Amino acid sequence: MQPDRTPLLSVDNLEVHFPIRGGVLQRQVGAVKAVDGVSFSLNRGETLSLVGESGCGKSTTGLALMGLVKPTGGRVQFDGQEIRGFNPAALKSYRRRMQIVFQDPFSSLNPRQRVKDIIRAPLDIHNIGTTAEREARVSELMERVGLRPDQADNFAHQFSGGQRQRIGIARALALKPDVIVCDEPVSALDVSVQAQILNLLSDLQRDLGVSYLAISHDLGVVEFISHRVAVMYLGKIVEIAPKAAIFAAPGHPYTELLMRSAPSRDPRKRHSFSASNDDIPSATKKPSGCPFHTRCPLVTAVCKTTEPALTARDDGRLVACHNR
Amino acid sequence: MSDMTTDTSLPVLQVSDLDIEIRGDNGAFAVVSDMNLSVRAGETLCIVGESGCGKSMTALSLLRLLPDAAAITRGKVLIDGEDFLAMNQRQVEDFRGEKIAMIFQEPLTALNPVLRIGEQIAEAVRQHRKCSRREADTRAVDVLRLVQMPDPERRAGQFPHELSGGMRQRAMIALALACDPKIIIADEPTTALDVTIQAQILGLISDLQKRLGTAQILITHDLGVVSEVADRVIVMYAGRKVEEASIYDLFDRPFHPYTIGLMGAVPGAGASSEAGDRLADIPGTVPPLWALPKGCAFAPRCPGASARCLEERPPFEEKRPGHWAACWEHDDAA
Repeated sequence: MQPDRTPLLSVDNLEVHFPIRGGVLQRQVGAVKAVDGVSFSLNRGETLSLVGESGCGKSTTGLALMGLVKPTGGRVQFDGQEIRGFNPAALKSYRRRMQIVFQDPFSSLNPRQRVKDIIRAPLDIHNIGTTAEREARVSELMERVGLRPDQADNFAHQFSGGQRQRIGIARALALKPDVIVCDEPVSALDVSVQAQILNLLSDLQRDLGVSYLAISHDLGVVEFISHRVAVMYLGKIVEIAPKAAIFAAPGHPYTELLMRSAPSRDPRKRHSFSASNDDIPSATKKPSGCPFHTRCPLVTAVCKTTEPALTARDDGRLVACHNR
Repeated sequence: MSDMTTDTSLPVLQVSDLDIEIRGDNGAFAVVSDMNLSVRAGETLCIVGESGCGKSMTALSLLRLLPDAAAITRGKVLIDGEDFLAMNQRQVEDFRGEKIAMIFQEPLTALNPVLRIGEQIAEAVRQHRKCSRREADTRAVDVLRLVQMPDPERRAGQFPHELSGGMRQRAMIALALACDPKIIIADEPTTALDVTIQAQILGLISDLQKRLGTAQILITHDLGVVSEVADRVIVMYAGRKVEEASIYDLFDRPFHPYTIGLMGAVPGAGASSEAGDRLADIPGTVPPLWALPKGCAFAPRCPGASARCLEERPPFEEKRPGHWAACWEHDDAA
């Protein structure tokens, strides 16, 4: 399915800085710039993946958009309306249309609640429908995500990991949202079950037209699920491009490194991975200039002093690199 | 790359007819049954499977590190020709580190947080070798250099929390190598790492094996890792081997429907997919080990299951030369 081209969500220069406090007075002595000026848009029915390694800010971006951590800067527009100040009242109506599925289906479901109550909770909070209607909706949702409605009285711990993730998806779908943030939705699952959940997400998008902001470190998952891909490194987007383009030819040297690091699927085409140590710098002590310059094979003098802007290339992609 | 049929050197590790049981709330049940495996010097055997298939229990049993609730109830483990299961605690401790060593998944929990990296390695060296403290310290820096730890003298004086994830895993590999073991068991050694760091550690593992000729058993759920490092592969399902073959035979022509299913379920394996495509998933879930079905454990999820599969468990047999599987299906192509 080809997504509609009107941006549903547009994020402009989003920042999430966490203060570092020190000394007896606990004054702010620095900041962890977890998300440092991230801009992108998400269309109706589209999947945009945020991909990157630990500490790149992909999950914090997702949490900030849900209002689960407060952004320290930037603008977010949803369906043409600006989400001002992320205050509780503004968030409540916005959250009806934007939901999240978490990575860990074990810790994100209340073990003392019955499945029907977990899935029904969003309907109760937003006061939608009568009791009977809510119950009917719960059965419908359970069926929709591949659970048997007669299991509605069971507790979450009676389900396997894959089934719990289905419960999480049903809860996210309860309010018929336009956007679902999927934060590593399958990384805690076994491969065979992971495929079931990816297929479910794909079916739901086809049938309901929901958009996904998918957060993942797994390039295989990203390649399967996305229409467009944004690669993040130390709080910045370094490349954003249509899926086919980015997998055919990575633009940014970091995207290239990521793809070269993914294990081969063919034992006859093994990589000769370099064994030498090359670590990701921390977000507290970000390198000057281009954040990737300490690991970049194309590094030149300008990379160490001037941060490259994300600029458009002729094939419709944006890349932040002086030398590409 | 070793060849099962022509290589006549004795395996450094040989496991025969191993059964492992857990006594739990649901009574006693088997977690590993009829495990047979062997590895030779310089060979990498990968054991692949999903959670609960018994791959980690197999690994732990090879070092006699099983949790209290689990026990080996049958079988033999020969390490360098010696019967490891018949040894007393003292002999076992001598063997660990010296002959067989383990690399764990999570270096932050496997390393001692209050001991400097160098001290932990030196301690292991002094456990096994008569040498002075200074010689042990020198050895610690040497193995850190061997695993390409940057600035090894300085890192030896640091605590695990001061190192990055990749460096911690290097420190753990150094610890495992400290006494030149003949066999290394690595349980998901790169699962906790980011992909660019995983690539470095996989590069390091292959590089070290080439130089040291250690026999290696690598436990993983990731077929990509298998494809990068294995010489031979065992696929496990619900506590049993379902397939065993050389890496090329397995990837070229997998036999068991479970292996075929696993390979199809990995996203991104095919040509670039279109959004909206479907993956070939395996329906259902792994049965709990305390309530395994009567016949083949995979039969309830198997697309080709017959009445016989539901009734009788298929034997593990050679389907093609050097290619073993437990399935009632015959090889029509052979």
